Amino acid sequence: MTTTASRAPLPAATSRRRTFNPRRAAAWALLVLAIAVSVLPFLWVLRTALSTNNALATNATSLLPAEFSFGAFKRVFGLQTAAEAVAEGGSGAQIDFWLYLRNSIIFSSITTAGAVFFSAMAAYAFARLRWKGRNAVFSLFLGTMLVPPIFTALPNFLLIKNLDLLNTMLGMVLPYLFMTPFAIFFLRQFFLNMSREVEEAAMLDGAKHLRIFFQIVLPNAAAPIATLALLTFIGQWNEYFWPLLVGSQDDVRVLQVGLGVFKSQSPQGAPDWSGLMAATLISALPVLILFAAFGKKIVNSIGFSGIK
Amino acid sequence: MTTLAKRSRSLSPAPDKPKRNGGLRQLGDLKIALLFIAPAMIGFIVFYVVPTVRGVYLSFTEYSILGDPEWVGMENYTAIAKDPLFWNSLAVTGQYVFLNIVLQTALALGLALLMHQVAKSTIIRGTLLLPYLMSNVIAALLWFWMLDYQIGVVNQFIEWAGLPRVAFFGSEAWAIPTQALINTWRHMGYTALLIFAGLQAIPGHVYEVAKLDGASASQTFRKITIPLLRPVLVLVLVVTVIGSFQVFDTVAVTSGGGPVNATRVIQYYIYQRAFTESDFGYGSAIAVILFLILALVAFIQMKFLKGNESDLD
Repeated sequence: MTTTASRAPLPAATSRRRTFNPRRAAAWALLVLAIAVSVLPFLWVLRTALSTNNALATNATSLLPAEFSFGAFKRVFGLQTAAEAVAEGGSGAQIDFWLYLRNSIIFSSITTAGAVFFSAMAAYAFARLRWKGRNAVFSLFLGTMLVPPIFTALPNFLLIKNLDLLNTMLGMVLPYLFMTPFAIFFLRQFFLNMSREVEEAAMLDGAKHLRIFFQIVLPNAAAPIATLALLTFIGQWNEYFWPLLVGSQDDVRVLQVGLGVFKSQSPQGAPDWSGLMAATLISALPVLILFAAFGKKIVNSIGFSGIK
Repeated sequence: MTTLAKRSRSLSPAPDKPKRNGGLRQLGDLKIALLFIAPAMIGFIVFYVVPTVRGVYLSFTEYSILGDPEWVGMENYTAIAKDPLFWNSLAVTGQYVFLNIVLQTALALGLALLMHQVAKSTIIRGTLLLPYLMSNVIAALLWFWMLDYQIGVVNQFIEWAGLPRVAFFGSEAWAIPTQALINTWRHMGYTALLIFAGLQAIPGHVYEVAKLDGASASQTFRKITIPLLRPVLVLVLVVTVIGSFQVFDTVAVTSGGGPVNATRVIQYYIYQRAFTESDFGYGSAIAVILFLILALVAFIQMKFLKGNESDLD
């Protein structure tokens, strides 16, 4: 996201419009409002996470933290004793976001790696190999995008349960591991648009498909594969329903589920707001970091939506 | 969820490789193709096809996880037809979907036009996309705090404006609009970017001709922009409706179906029947109904709004 300078409106081109234009000014004002609505809540979360609950109750609107403290972060990382936590407005229940953070990273990384790799293989078969029924099978794969996740979640839960894999990381990652219809579509589209020349030359040299796939296609598609991995990772990071069903126990619980549990444990009447917001921030942070590093890639991928 | 648009284009067959070496070669490709496609095929069959069939089967059974499913024919469906909680969940979800269509599409269209007019920078687009990258759970908790009745900052502002505080999550009247607002906040920028991409695709000369013909700004908008945007707007509509029908996360984390039944949306009701009450047959039957509703919605929108045809061609 280093493009600020180059993307700023060119002074020369716009200078003749620089005379005050009320419509333009109004448009900018509305845009700034939309940006504020999108971003300010995150600052409010940060401000709350650095406050103490007692001070929050009496000082609900100060822009700076009410009674600055790291207590909330200590609490969600399980670094406070139950007595300390209760004194600061926590529930005192054992909570360890380090563990959930670790689980989220494992869950999202494994599913992303598996789904992207296996989908790339399938996409290659759909884009480059000639075989009977190819287009029919591809349509079937895409058709699965129409099935609402809740519909398959129930039987998949039963399957994982019958395999005795409830509350295991394996049970949590399995349904996502082999492919996502979107990933196959995304990569097939890219492979179709890729020049065949190098592959054909390699084939004339007697290279087999496996070698072509690993040594030519994958390296050439590194950029879209990275984008796809990024999008898949963020999607998996944010997944809630399936991990809630299959990974409810502490040792496999991911951040999103942990957040829900933490919220439900929070004392009714006087919720542990600073703790809750600290936990929220921790859950959001990895995506915020990815966004800061690769925001442009993510934004530009939205253009890839098949819209003419 | 950008995927629906892609479907329409991708279903056209891949350009075929020029035929060489005849049949033998095709057979060779089939073998290697099976190897390449095997992992994805396993995932497809085990976690998509079989569960879809099994889900339909379960909807005709009584099954409490323990023991075996017991075939009961249409019993679940007839029970659902008489179940006031089901009809309530349908009404509540419908209200949520409607609010999302209105709020989200209108705001996103406005925002996309603004971006198109004054700001095309990636930074601004990225900033507006930020809420969409956050999980539903995070969006829900963030607003649960900001909209808190006692010390939420929004209610402080409302009080300063001289209005009575609003129990966003606690009152039956506000519960669903609040959920819709959270979802709108999360999706507004994303939807705006989709529409923005559509606006970018309209060739500039169309506007120039309109200008030469003396069309006013509002005429240009109604007669040119909106018709040419139709495929994108239909896509946005389909994505919004299908996504909104499956609302679960924000409800589960904040209001949990309440107050009373105000936010017991369809998917939450399925979850409760299947997992809280161990009534998998009943839950599956509602899931089948949800599936049919979504298929119907997608079909109607594509058929009657002709979402996969562009006026530009």
